Amino acid sequence: MTRPDSVLINGSAHERAPRPGQCLRTYLREEGCFGVKKGCDTGDCGACTVHVDGQPVHSCVYPAFRARGRSVTTIEGLAGPSGLHPVQQSFLDAQGFQCGFCTAGMIMTAAALPADQREDLPRALKGSLCRCTGYRAITDAIEGRPPAITEPAPGAAVGSSLGAPAGPGVVTGSARFTFDLDVPGVLHLKVLRSPHAHARIISVDTSEALAVPGVQAVLTHKDVPDVLFSTAQHEHEAEDPYDTRVLDEVVRFVGQRVAAVVASSEAAAEEGCRRLVVDYEVLPFVVDPELALAPGAPVVHPSPALSSSSSSSPSPSPSPAPSPTPSPSSRPAVSASFTPPSPSPSSSSEPSSCSNVVGELHASLGDVDAGFAAADVVYEATFRTPRAQHASLETHGAIGWLDDDGRLVIRSSTQTPFLTRRLLARLYDLPPERVRVIAGRVGGGFGGKQEMLVEDLVALAVLRTGRPVRWEYTRAEQFLGATTRHPFVVALKAGARRDGLLTAMRLNVLVDTGAYGNHGTSVMHHGCHESLAVYKCPNMRTDAVTVYTNTVPAGAFRGYGLGQVTFAVESVLDELARRIGMDPVTFRELNVVRAGDDLTAPGDHVDDLRIASYGLDQCLSHIRSAAATTDDAPPGWLVGEGMAIAMIAAGPPGGHFADATITRLPDGRYELAVGTADFGNGSTTVHTQIAADELGTTPDRIVLRQSDTDAVRHDTGAFASTGVVVAGEAVLRAARALRAQLTASDVPGVAATGHGHFDGTPRSVAFNAQWFRVAVDPDTGELRILRSVHSADAGTVMNPLQLRGQIEGGVAQALGATLAEHVDISASGEVTTTSFRHYHLPTFADVPPTEVHLASTSDTIGPLGAKSMSESPFNPVSPALANAVRDAIGVRLTDLPLTADRIWQAMQQ
Amino acid sequence: MTEVISPAAPGSWRPGDAWLGGGTALFGEPRPHLRRLLDLTTAGWPPLRTGDDGVEIAATCTIAELAERIAGHRIVRQCCHAFLASFKIWNVATVGGNLCAALPAGPMISLSVALDGTLLLIGPDRTERRVAAADFVTGEGTTVLRDGELLRSIHLPAAALTARTAYRRGSLHPHGRSAVLLIGRAEPAGSLTLTVTAATRRPHVLRFASPPQADELAAALGAIPAEEYMDDVHGRPVWRRHLTGHYAEQIRTELGA
Repeated sequence: MTRPDSVLINGSAHERAPRPGQCLRTYLREEGCFGVKKGCDTGDCGACTVHVDGQPVHSCVYPAFRARGRSVTTIEGLAGPSGLHPVQQSFLDAQGFQCGFCTAGMIMTAAALPADQREDLPRALKGSLCRCTGYRAITDAIEGRPPAITEPAPGAAVGSSLGAPAGPGVVTGSARFTFDLDVPGVLHLKVLRSPHAHARIISVDTSEALAVPGVQAVLTHKDVPDVLFSTAQHEHEAEDPYDTRVLDEVVRFVGQRVAAVVASSEAAAEEGCRRLVVDYEVLPFVVDPELALAPGAPVVHPSPALSSSSSSSPSPSPSPAPSPTPSPSSRPAVSASFTPPSPSPSSSSEPSSCSNVVGELHASLGDVDAGFAAADVVYEATFRTPRAQHASLETHGAIGWLDDDGRLVIRSSTQTPFLTRRLLARLYDLPPERVRVIAGRVGGGFGGKQEMLVEDLVALAVLRTGRPVRWEYTRAEQFLGATTRHPFVVALKAGARRDGLLTAMRLNVLVDTGAYGNHGTSVMHHGCHESLAVYKCPNMRTDAVTVYTNTVPAGAFRGYGLGQVTFAVESVLDELARRIGMDPVTFRELNVVRAGDDLTAPGDHVDDLRIASYGLDQCLSHIRSAAATTDDAPPGWLVGEGMAIAMIAAGPPGGHFADATITRLPDGRYELAVGTADFGNGSTTVHTQIAADELGTTPDRIVLRQSDTDAVRHDTGAFASTGVVVAGEAVLRAARALRAQLTASDVPGVAATGHGHFDGTPRSVAFNAQWFRVAVDPDTGELRILRSVHSADAGTVMNPLQLRGQIEGGVAQALGATLAEHVDISASGEVTTTSFRHYHLPTFADVPPTEVHLASTSDTIGPLGAKSMSESPFNPVSPALANAVRDAIGVRLTDLPLTADRIWQAMQQ
Repeated sequence: MTEVISPAAPGSWRPGDAWLGGGTALFGEPRPHLRRLLDLTTAGWPPLRTGDDGVEIAATCTIAELAERIAGHRIVRQCCHAFLASFKIWNVATVGGNLCAALPAGPMISLSVALDGTLLLIGPDRTERRVAAADFVTGEGTTVLRDGELLRSIHLPAAALTARTAYRRGSLHPHGRSAVLLIGRAEPAGSLTLTVTAATRRPHVLRFASPPQADELAAALGAIPAEEYMDDVHGRPVWRRHLTGHYAEQIRTELGA
């Protein structure tokens, strides 16, 4: 037994007394147990699970003082002298993780489950959230299924179910995420956030804050460079309007940062924020996107029209080299101009006259009016998708310091280390080589970390104080002050002939980008492209507008606008098929693009996109087979089936660059350097598979160096589903270059390095199809998914286990958006859903198993025939489910999410 | 936060202090106004005492202890499973803490009210008073507790514990937060007590001396004002009101059989 005043952690006595209000989680981390993770700090997610005297508890809501005299076991202490705990081993064998941030808590929970609890995992795991996997792999791990991973022979890694290289670190809690390191002398940064949706800061009195013991600095808008930028990160900075400052004199949403306090403890920094006295001049505000378009609406950004483009992206750079040249002015050089508003009188608005418009698209193909005239059936409806949060279990955050050479180093939870470096260098007028950005293991991204939300302030605080500084978002801050999925209002009218051929589609889209334009225009363009281009409809018209409102900004989110528009398109086509009496699969087969077809949608689009492999026919045939099954439903419940398809470009238009180098090491292994970060997407695993096969070795002999701006020349980042098709292609080229060198003159022991670069063009397309059978209780609106089937065309399957995981995880996340998730904003502009208790993430109980089928294709563009598959499984899920509910209850639901109360209410009409 | 007083005793409270049970609610959000935590879990109160007249549950009894010790009563088990929180939270969270948090979805409130529980409160001057569980919660997050007063224990009478009960729970999600939680209790003499929780801002108890007819039950439910139904992310009020009626009728039928 330990002494009454010390805490026994994994068998060692720790004498340092916890602080009075401290929770056990932070105490354990301060004592070096970095495997204990912060996911929510409200006891809802379970990432912090540890055992106290053998009992599993959520250490974030366990008073640390109570652990004195007790024995605490963390993930670091779970393994015995003979190796991994059996649960750790089975999580490794089943690859029961993706990003791995929830894994330590999941393992600690599973290791404490008595037999009866194991029989009821939906209940037992209600306090254990995973945002990546969709829980199937976790089920396999807990139930101890035979190992799913394989150890490939030399040269046979591609196509095998190789486990993630990070796996052993993940299951033992030794994988190092952003904050899992001890930085002596680190200062803590906290921000004061705006209580107003729109206000000018008259003054900030910092004197009382500076008087708080431990406070080292207070930063306000008077301390920041006079530089505008966008938090969004794209290879071409001009994609996003420069409308943001590090700290602004005007705040445009409730929750926007007003000032930062840097202190020797988090508590002192928080107290400093409470002592700041801010005098605001409250300004008129608008939180509704339709009202924001109205004449006389409050103007969110009063400056003249900001950057936008009329095509889906700027032109691709002619040079394969990255071009991170910052614009010297505060405004980007944009060659593209606004497309004038539609001259058609049927256009519902003339948005260009409104100064809240960030971007717009008005374009036609063919003759839409003639197309509707030729239709036998026309259907029209308006669809609404709410804000959703990425809810990666690792929140945003960064630690910065000056290295021995005085260089600024930022360790961040980011998908874009290189672009973040470029922007930091521009903001603080530093040569790029004087800034280094690195990412540890990233605890989930989903697009949310294709954004610079913390690094700018951390960098400023480091430069100001000369000290290391850390800033870690709380879960509430993720909701208040990060980004969301863009809420869309989509009105779609479509017509078809009785023989099933589509004659016309008219799309009206309103995108709410929130208070800042990050990603707003690109998401709109992307949303309006592949969703339509997958159909060979001769007459199409698109009118789309992105507007500012005084609300928390939206940003990149898995699917990047496609999911929102696809929800409308696939719902309307389902209704058309129903009205002409044709089954929905046949209707799709008649109208979808085929190999050899052009991919067209209204608007100017970069023309490097083509069908370089085609498996949509196979996906549709898998869906037809699914419908031939039968399921039992509870008596009296209404049963329905529904399907939807989606197409996605394998990479963004206009350039996405990756460099890779591979070096033979003296010991015969190879060091592979890639820029891209891994946050559970699995691209790192595939990179080692590609390199191993090209070099005729096994993946365990590939040593990785990644997500560090010192590692390679450039990498646009891990977004837009490019981990395999862009970074993977660069790895392939590097490995081939090295092999060529070794073949030409192999001098054993002499270092040899191969370089590879890929500029992300041309691009192919990937396909997905989803099918559900559901049952609805007419008395309560409760919905049960009886069967879920997904079919995907990802080209060559590089890693079947990981591909399945990506699809299952995408379906699960989309089920969250379809059945549960919504970030709510009050009339005064305040986010009211700020914890997992009020923002329901899919739990184990919410996610049914999904049967995954794969098309057999090989792409002529992608590396070794592969295509992307990380965002796309998300996109067909909402419409497939809504179509199944429509089939069951006879009512078309147009607003997400489809919760039981809404379903029941719809049935009363 | 400057100090933890452990164990704490009635009378030690002063402004800026908070009574601390398991801590799962108190530690779940920032409480910058608090200066001292008064820890009750080390006060040495026996978690459960069973006597002829029923069971005395200490406020500091954890949910895990409750579930284990009197799991023979199905209604206790059902209410424990109504927690959104997992079994890991059960190991720490206390029965008293759930009552004092006074959230509409608090299942220990449902249990205590449905079984005609009586709560023992101790004031800062150590004066004791007893209140019916049905009167303890006055609204969303509010109770009859006065400054410095603490909840010492919950008494559940034997007759109610052994009565036939029927339980219905509605949520937007499987194992999600309760949107509606109804418990019916039938006494051998033929009376029916129906407790409505989670759907409404505070518990509502309907008492029928003899088994009610459907229209009688519906009329009694209709007396609950529409604005009493919760309107938040866990379910729309019109749906909660519908489910309340739907489940109440199911309970009436089940217990009437």
